[in-house]
Amino acid sequence: MISPIRTELTVTDNVPFGQPEPGLGGTHRYYALTLERPAWKNWEPGQFIMLRPKDGGTVEWARPLTICRVTSQSLVLFFRVASEYGTDRFARLRGGDKVIVWGPLGTGFEIRSNTPTLLLARDAGIAPFAGYADMHPDPACLSMLFGHQHPSSHYPADAMASRLDMEHLRDRVPGDCEEFYRVSARKMQEYKENGGICLACGPMDFLYGVWKKALELELPTQLLLSARMNCGVGACLGCSTITSKHWPDPIRAGLPVHTCTSGPVFWARDIDLDAVMPERNM
Amino acid sequence: MDLRVSLVEGILELKNPILSAAGSFGSGLEYQPYGDITQLGGIITNGLSLYPCAGSPLPRIAAAPAGLLSSVGTQNDGAEYFIREVLPRLPWQSVPIIPNINAGRVEEFSELAGLLAAEEGVTALEVNLSCHNSNRAGQRFCQNPVTAARAINAVKRFAGNKPVIAKLSPEIMDIVEVARAVEAAGADAISCIGKVQGLAVDVRGRRPVLGNVTGGLSGPAVKPIALRCVWQIAQVVKIPVIGVGGITCARDVLEFLLVGAHAVSVGSASFSDPETIFRIVQELPAVCEEYGIEDIKAFRGSLQI
Repeated sequence: MISPIRTELTVTDNVPFGQPEPGLGGTHRYYALTLERPAWKNWEPGQFIMLRPKDGGTVEWARPLTICRVTSQSLVLFFRVASEYGTDRFARLRGGDKVIVWGPLGTGFEIRSNTPTLLLARDAGIAPFAGYADMHPDPACLSMLFGHQHPSSHYPADAMASRLDMEHLRDRVPGDCEEFYRVSARKMQEYKENGGICLACGPMDFLYGVWKKALELELPTQLLLSARMNCGVGACLGCSTITSKHWPDPIRAGLPVHTCTSGPVFWARDIDLDAVMPERNM
Repeated sequence: MDLRVSLVEGILELKNPILSAAGSFGSGLEYQPYGDITQLGGIITNGLSLYPCAGSPLPRIAAAPAGLLSSVGTQNDGAEYFIREVLPRLPWQSVPIIPNINAGRVEEFSELAGLLAAEEGVTALEVNLSCHNSNRAGQRFCQNPVTAARAINAVKRFAGNKPVIAKLSPEIMDIVEVARAVEAAGADAISCIGKVQGLAVDVRGRRPVLGNVTGGLSGPAVKPIALRCVWQIAQVVKIPVIGVGGITCARDVLEFLLVGAHAVSVGSASFSDPETIFRIVQELPAVCEEYGIEDIKAFRGSLQI
């Protein structure tokens, strides 16, 4: 386990992606936030940080952001503006602003050399795979299927396409989203036959479908759960995931675990998303 | 500066008046990477029940202006798991460990108290009187002075010499009456306030934000309510009062001491920054000096009306 540290960092850049959207008061929906590199000894793709503006007063709540990339100079986070009291404030950060960060937190994705690895990403779920491609010893083994609602200019897809094989599927008309799910399932079947693994990140509805298919195929699959995390350290109990009978610690099988500390990356067979999302199993 | 506080002489002695609040600091182990938890006045752990509890449906947390709305539903692994797996890892020899206990029946409170109080590592118990009483159609124990007193009396009978802290909700007609009742029932201290019930809604989805529909509001938004409750209670009871609600800095601590609190519990501010509670402990002496406070015992309850 990598020990997290809490530190104050400086924003070096905050770049909006795509076009401003009227529904958000003219602001952009997606941003790549770059901070100076924290003094981490190590980190894993799939892990996250907790972040809050330093000068936000006493009522600023921190929000979790998945780590996109870590370079020798910087920590890059890619996020979607989603909430009134959360990520909208991050969109207003500018170079020179100070932020409080604690991390790296949680579990990371499995990295297997010489193993065909299917990366399934939907919308902002593309974020952790940039760092994953950076760290993978054998990027030729990687192939990404990326489904998205908005034009590809809204995402850091072009920068990633140079490092790994990538296929885009954009929703243009109603039903395209389902087509993305169908293609994802077909590719999972292929990777099962080729002895590969699958890693997925995106909205919970999407991950639920991947989870179901992974169990059906018995394809080794990891999911980065985007549950609502709050404290990031396992204290608030805001993010709970139910384990399956396969959970490594038998004492905790079938019980709730904290997504932020036992995850956010879980093996599909270790968790029970029917118990987490009972409305999907009706 | 001497910051020591005695809540129960010889038994519940704090090295400073700052405790962690239930529901916001886990067991304490979660915050070890961010500070020395033995430097706190005490650790009030997340709520425990007699048996494991899966808690409320997701989502459980919603941010609100100046506060957090949450409904966790006392998710926990049960008291026996706490005793077996968690308590041995806590530095109970160096800092008072105070489990927060939850139950739906008086008998369950008794059993919980007996289990936990038998442990050397448990210094005291905090009784969550906001729990729903299953024998009274889900009415909260604290909504009625009689049921609140019964719960405290049941815990006291099984707690041996371990002090019992009654945690009160502000959502009752007369919190002073309930405070008097729990004092008469044997409570050694009172902590207040518990969370204030609220609702967050999603206009686009036309649904409640929380899976449990309603939740408890905490954070700076509730501090004035907490100060009022502490002030009212501290005037009428002889037992110590622990202030809880919206404490984010050392000056907030002084506000609670000024209205009569012996100590405070820091809650959701730990979610804003995991170093918050450690920083408050560190800064309190300097802030006392800044306000000309030489003796916190003399300062306590010195509000002039």
